[in-house]
Amino acid sequence: MTSTTRADTIHTGTATSLLRFATAGSVDDGKSTLVGRLLHDSKSVLADQLEAVERVSLGRGQDAPDLALLTDGLRAEREQGITIDVAYRYFATPRRRFILADTPGHVQYTRNMVTGASTAELAVVLVDARNGVVEQTRRHAAVAALLRVPHVVLAVNKMDLVGYAEPVFAAIAAEFTGYAASLGITDVLAVPISALAGDNVVEPSAHMDWYAGPTLLEHLETVPVGSDPSAEPARFPVQYVIRPQTEEHSDYRGYAGQLASGVLRVGDPVTVLPSGHTTTVAGIDVLGRATDIAWAPQSITVRLADDLDISRGDLLATGPAPTPTKDIQATVSHLNERPLRAGDKVLLKHTTRTVRALVKEISYRIDIDTLERRSGDQGLNVNDIGHVILRTAEPLALDSYTDNRRTGSFLLIDPADGTTLTAGMTGEAFAAVRTDEAPDAPDEEDWV
Amino acid sequence: MTTATDSPVRTEDNPPPASGRRYPHALSHLDALEAESVHILREVAGEFERPVILFSGGKDSIVMLHLALKAFAPAAVPFSLLHVDTGHNFPEVIAYRDRVVAQHNLRLHVAHVQDFIDDGRLRERPDGTRNPLQTVPLLDAIETNRFDAVFGGGRRDEEKARAKERVFSLRDEFGAWDPRRQRPELWSLYNGRHAPGEHVRVFPLSNWTELDVWQYIEREGIDLPEIYYAHERDVFARNGMWLTAGAWGGPKDTEPVQRRLIRYRTVGDMSCTGAVDSDATTIEAVIAEIAASRLTERGATRADDKLSEAAMEDRKREGYF
Repeated sequence: MTSTTRADTIHTGTATSLLRFATAGSVDDGKSTLVGRLLHDSKSVLADQLEAVERVSLGRGQDAPDLALLTDGLRAEREQGITIDVAYRYFATPRRRFILADTPGHVQYTRNMVTGASTAELAVVLVDARNGVVEQTRRHAAVAALLRVPHVVLAVNKMDLVGYAEPVFAAIAAEFTGYAASLGITDVLAVPISALAGDNVVEPSAHMDWYAGPTLLEHLETVPVGSDPSAEPARFPVQYVIRPQTEEHSDYRGYAGQLASGVLRVGDPVTVLPSGHTTTVAGIDVLGRATDIAWAPQSITVRLADDLDISRGDLLATGPAPTPTKDIQATVSHLNERPLRAGDKVLLKHTTRTVRALVKEISYRIDIDTLERRSGDQGLNVNDIGHVILRTAEPLALDSYTDNRRTGSFLLIDPADGTTLTAGMTGEAFAAVRTDEAPDAPDEEDWV
Repeated sequence: MTTATDSPVRTEDNPPPASGRRYPHALSHLDALEAESVHILREVAGEFERPVILFSGGKDSIVMLHLALKAFAPAAVPFSLLHVDTGHNFPEVIAYRDRVVAQHNLRLHVAHVQDFIDDGRLRERPDGTRNPLQTVPLLDAIETNRFDAVFGGGRRDEEKARAKERVFSLRDEFGAWDPRRQRPELWSLYNGRHAPGEHVRVFPLSNWTELDVWQYIEREGIDLPEIYYAHERDVFARNGMWLTAGAWGGPKDTEPVQRRLIRYRTVGDMSCTGAVDSDATTIEAVIAEIAASRLTERGATRADDKLSEAAMEDRKREGYF
């Protein structure tokens, strides 16, 4: 890995996959240093950026560049001593391109981590080896589980400050892995690291022979990306109808969209939702080129055998199709300072369809630290997680969020000013922790 | 695949998960980025009345237009183009712009900084650069034409103020960006609702890096203005960069002109876009050069970002691209 330069990535170009991941942890856990270390050691920091960091570090009397400064935010944040929200960072190795959602760790944490985790396929949860699993760690794990992030890494940081002691690491790893399993997270890897010294971040540690696993970066480079679309039913939200109305393409009528899941082939029977009509795929164009097969998450244009009334907001589905409904039960993360209360009239945006909706009931609030149910009578405040019952003005074809992160998720929007209020996930959260017993061995199929 | 019951401590008996496993249908990173950008372009076509693409003739806006052409094929692109013309243009870029507009039968709006200087709404800066002056004509064009969605080619990897930018970024009636008022953006659900007078800046290339853009240009065989490739030019040194000699105000008497083999890594206002020494005359050579470069694109070529540590943040707050 030391020989990695940006030049090495160029000829692997189009063969490289893309991993989106999120980091969770507070400043005290060394998250900024870890992110800085990943960027620096993967040679993603260029000379002018490093010079700026060295200049500031020197000015503060530090003798080595403070890598945490690489993730320094906006002036508005520095002046107020706050971090506004998720920052996205980009780096590449010869094996993979990475998009990192870097979320700050303090009061507004839940909202930010929910945002970062929503698109992540892997979450790095950071703990300080001296403190072990603390309340915040459990919260990070809960958010990763809630958002169905398929892979979780526990980075046990500051191993240098506990003498690189294996028992310290093993105890923390065991405690966290057990808790994660109780939340329904099946893929957890614990890595002992020192972000400051560079142990097991990019380079294997010379101080921890007892650890035979991959370094953090090695794991990020090799964890499977995405899921196997051939194992899922196809879901295709229609974004836009393409009708050229030119002489050459006078009969062309294509439905443009991005395959949310599954595989679509010419000849496949599809159900149009919410109408329930059925037809057959007559043709598929991938950005202007005809093809026989397309798979998630490709952006494509679908032509159908029958002339049906289909427009933006409709869903084409193969396999078992969801039953359109006006009654929705969902787990929600409230994002706005304005509380969400029973009786609120909102807009609900699901895939490419936006409809009016009524918050009928706030069933309960979930204490994200203990996972206990609390009363929902007072509504949901910013950063609250809860369970709601909604009634929509028009039927929606929703999947359970457990089955499909894309067709199972939605936003609630304030109709008055367009503010994004709430993130919703159809179905129950944390079903596994309702009992006090450890759950059965998790079913991997759901996660792979 | 590891499971929760595995020991987290890897040994020979407990090996790490099968590495590098890829599903047969896994998309390459360029395919994944392309699919995401096309999704964003189509969301705007589906939800807005009067979208416009900011088109400078720079490589990012060229890639954005290329994606739009693909997203709506075989139909025409349902957006017009807007060029904010500083008057300090590279003639090659203007020729390229007009060629592309004619080739794809596009509608082009041009907002001229010079018009605003002529009628007194803007004043020339002492340093002669007009890049910061673009904000006023841009906002004027948005208001006059009632554009409700404005596509920009900005990428989050460019600069730290951009790293916190949304894909759909709401601007108030003054065109201002308030980082604290940003809407959380989850999954691929983009909230484009806005009040009359407000508009939304949309950044389809948010998740692309400079190298991705160049790799995509190579893969797709996209034609670029020739100044992106190495050529001989009369230049002079200012602020550690090679600037083109021209009517815009350079060079001063103390700045000797020399002929060098250079190319442009970014294309903007002639007065503040610097060239780099280069012999890269092909796309392959350009990619190799960028991949080996030890400087960021903006650090190497943009005088306007060197003004202060928060230069981009300040300009964005005022309504800049």
